[in-house]
Amino acid sequence: MTGSLTSLTLAETRDSLARKAFSARELTESYIAAVEATRPLNAFITETPERALAMAEASDQRLARGEARPLDGIPIAVKDLYCTKGVLTTAASHILDGFRPPYESTVTEKLWQAGAVMLGKANLDEFAMGSSSTTSYYGPVENPWRRPGDNCPLVPGGSSGGSAVAVAARAALAATGTDTGGSIRQPASFCGIVGLKPTYGRCSRWGVVAYASSLDQPGPMTRTVRDAAIMLRGMAGHDPKDSTSAPVPVPDYEEALTGDIRGLRIGIPLEYRAHGMNMEIENLWYRAAGWLAEAGAEIIYDISLPHTKYALPTYYIIAPAEASSNLARYDGVRFGLRVEGSTLDEMYELTRAAGFGAEVRRRVLIGTYVLSAGYYDAYYLKAQRVRALIALDFNQAFEQVDCILAPTAPSAAFAIGEKSDDPVEMYLNDVFTVPANLAGLPAISVPAGLSADGLPLGLQIIGRAFDEEGVLRVAEALEHAAQFRHLPGFIAGGR
Amino acid sequence: MALDKAAVAHIAFLARIRLSETELEPLADELSQILTWVEQLNEVDTTEVAPMASVAASSLPTREDRVTDGDCREAILGDAPRTVPSGTDRGFFTVPKVVE
Amino acid sequence: MSASGLIEGRTGKWETVIGLEVHAQVVSKAKLFSGAATDFGAEPNTQVSPVDAAFPGMLPVINRVCVEQAVKTGLGLEAEINLKSVFDRKNYFYPDLPAGYQISQYLQPVVGHGRVALDMPDGSTREIGITRLHLEQDAGKSLHDQHPSLTYVDLNRAGIALMEIVSEPDLRSAEEVGIYLRKLRSILRYLGTCDGNMDEGSMRCDANVSVRRPGEHYGTRCEIKNVNSVRYVMQAIEYEARRQVELIEEGGKVTQQTRLFDVAHGITRSMRSKEEAHDYRYFPDPDLLPLVLDPDWVEGLRAQLPELPDAKKARFVSDLRLSPTDAEVLVAEQASALFFERVAEGRDPKAAANWVTGDLFGALNRLRIGIEQSPVSAEQLGELIDLIADGTISGRLAKDVFAEMVATGADPAAIVENKGLRQVTDEDAIAIAIDVVLAAQVEKVAEYRAGRDKLYGFFVGQVMRATQGKANPALVNDLLRKKLAG
Repeated sequence: MTGSLTSLTLAETRDSLARKAFSARELTESYIAAVEATRPLNAFITETPERALAMAEASDQRLARGEARPLDGIPIAVKDLYCTKGVLTTAASHILDGFRPPYESTVTEKLWQAGAVMLGKANLDEFAMGSSSTTSYYGPVENPWRRPGDNCPLVPGGSSGGSAVAVAARAALAATGTDTGGSIRQPASFCGIVGLKPTYGRCSRWGVVAYASSLDQPGPMTRTVRDAAIMLRGMAGHDPKDSTSAPVPVPDYEEALTGDIRGLRIGIPLEYRAHGMNMEIENLWYRAAGWLAEAGAEIIYDISLPHTKYALPTYYIIAPAEASSNLARYDGVRFGLRVEGSTLDEMYELTRAAGFGAEVRRRVLIGTYVLSAGYYDAYYLKAQRVRALIALDFNQAFEQVDCILAPTAPSAAFAIGEKSDDPVEMYLNDVFTVPANLAGLPAISVPAGLSADGLPLGLQIIGRAFDEEGVLRVAEALEHAAQFRHLPGFIAGGR
Repeated sequence: MALDKAAVAHIAFLARIRLSETELEPLADELSQILTWVEQLNEVDTTEVAPMASVAASSLPTREDRVTDGDCREAILGDAPRTVPSGTDRGFFTVPKVVE
Repeated sequence: MSASGLIEGRTGKWETVIGLEVHAQVVSKAKLFSGAATDFGAEPNTQVSPVDAAFPGMLPVINRVCVEQAVKTGLGLEAEINLKSVFDRKNYFYPDLPAGYQISQYLQPVVGHGRVALDMPDGSTREIGITRLHLEQDAGKSLHDQHPSLTYVDLNRAGIALMEIVSEPDLRSAEEVGIYLRKLRSILRYLGTCDGNMDEGSMRCDANVSVRRPGEHYGTRCEIKNVNSVRYVMQAIEYEARRQVELIEEGGKVTQQTRLFDVAHGITRSMRSKEEAHDYRYFPDPDLLPLVLDPDWVEGLRAQLPELPDAKKARFVSDLRLSPTDAEVLVAEQASALFFERVAEGRDPKAAANWVTGDLFGALNRLRIGIEQSPVSAEQLGELIDLIADGTISGRLAKDVFAEMVATGADPAAIVENKGLRQVTDEDAIAIAIDVVLAAQVEKVAEYRAGRDKLYGFFVGQVMRATQGKANPALVNDLLRKKLAG
């Protein structure tokens, strides 16, 4: 019974609850067991089973009264970057030891108001900085996928690795993630699930631990495109407490899933094909273009996004710069870890040295440097100018096409520990994802096929600002054509 | 850009992160590597290009001048590692003394 | 330092050059970027939002009244209003700065160049340039003297809106600085954008001081931080300028540094913690967007500005014919000016000015209260002036009535009646009083008639005494002369 309950998608589960096929409580109990079963993968930092059951009971009462809310009874995992009131929130960092926020993030508050159930806080790269989920103070997260016949644990991608694993291993129906340079899409690709980064400003950042303010965006991670549409509706919306939140209404994203993409123009960017591209991924990419053409879309090859190759270095100046300032508040004074010192500066220095991991330290130092006197113009200001050019590239491309089809990641999941020596090599994981963050555009990763060694490969749809509907519609067509039915080796409750 | 140990030490001080002597050299190498890599931006001609202020296109929203927050000292002090807890000095955060 | 600011050094004359940065707390109910309250004197950490305390995930949203107050101030300083301005982060570590950065404005402030006119003691006007005005967050308070090894931190003040008003280095003496600060404070109070209360810290001043030989390049300056009274600012500047002159004349060089004013010893001292030059790593705050102002809205504010001290003073002189000195005294505080205007309405402005600046201000000073607490209202004072003008009471006795009004708050007419102070204008009654006096002073009358004119005053005094001061002086004069003439 456990296995079959957790094998349903969010949409199917919602409909089953409405039909009273089972209760929200039964469903949550199944997922609580699944969370426990998934512990070897270390996808959760904090599990909240009692709270989940209480929330499920409240959902059952509403369901019984016929007052079901859009996400009533739906068990989800929350990336431990979202502040959850009274529940330990760590950002996977030692420096936030013991931090229990006295407030709830806007996005999770909306989800609870919609009736969703909290299973726990999902593991991630420390402060969302990473593409592997191996930098967490609470230990690395493992991908439920392995190469067949190989016992080597693989990374789930990052930074929202715990969220991706929870969904992929069926320990949660959906999860919230955040995407700053690819942190939703790339783990979605590595774990064979759907991950959506909405337009910048679509979802509120209030109550989400900040990494890079001009790039961070909360978003859903789900099993299907329809599920992502349902979750996005529950997460999105203008928030007056976030000055960068967009004052635009939230449409019913499910309604956008008409299945009809005839006449849509889909671009294949020329410059994404450089970089000594992985042949499997390129083949899958072009095959997918064919699928979409069969579904009636017009494929426009070789549209140009001339500044693509500069997106990564641009990102790796701007994000660390903003992070260095955003992380200055972690100083041992008002919350979290404190290492005592004989002077104030010593306390600051020892606390932050002990509290931050190596990658966070690296980015804070880079960020401090690129903002410092004498270097600001050459690095930070220069990067913001190049960023403007990258955004302009997309604007110009969107005069010829309605959305863009691209790979999500340059490879499938790699082994834990494989790429950890060279920071720049790790950064190259983000080559296809960072442009959409720099331009603030919506982008989704959909599982499209398997690599030769049996690991999931995702493909990305990037759209115009606030055209999540268009992006979801094309993504569903891609999902339909790809018929990705594969499951990872590790599934909670068994396959 | 190649950073030497002194430069790294200075940045670490600005960022208030303690580095041991043995960490300085390897960090200097790592950071230099990253900085050299990002310097490829110099290939891009950005004359006449305004730096991007924000991807959010609108201008700054404002709020009403109303007291809607604060008066929550327990919440503010509740997670603090060190506060002055009792007596007439209740209600402060504390840090090692600063000499001006 | 002479009033002109020139210092007579061992080797010749030195000129003092001063620029001031005034931090004026904006009058608003809530803080600049959060909804916490701004009241003075609250229990520690009770007016702190998680935004002010820089908790994880917190974000700033700007208070529109704070923006309005800054623009109004800019208009009052006759300054350029920058329709687009940007908020930047100023990054540094200190316990009263929870986020590790202050939200301020660096390259694109909301207000640009303006000016302030100083009314100098010799009657001339000197114009001091304003470089800029920007909005920024205040920091919290660190208390270093509460405990032997700990600093206590109170974040109530953290996030309160400040206007930083920067002057050009146009000031040349401590005296000018005093006049400038008082004038600036007056303008801010007129506008209602800052209460200028230096005791409560709602107006603070940093002074940049350097010295040079007259006509030469600017010297190296030192910054004296956070002085909280006009008197101390002036003292600090006098000390600092002299310190620099002595240093240079002994062969030393002034090094740029931050100093504080030690009130107890009357000296400036270098601040240890600020000795290294800060690298603030300014960059535009990515949690905020550029502030864009509607020009029509700005013009709307301009149209609604109250009459400011300079304009009011000019009007008092030209329309009401007050002396510049009187006008200046009256406009220094808006509340005084408004009080005076109510008294002067429909009356002789000169009389009103005399009573307000003389008797009323004298009484208020004696009682150590401000005009807002005056026991005598403008209407009551006006009534008193009317009673003199229509002859009900003599000017001399009016002073006594006024004293009674101050003591009891009663209306002048009531006091006059109750004390029977009505001026006696009945000629017969006066004539009788004069007769009585002259009859009692036969020898003196003879002496007067023989030529001792000085005795006239004596007779007047006697008549006034006989009538308890109530006789109308003009009538007394008239009748007394006649009777003495025989």
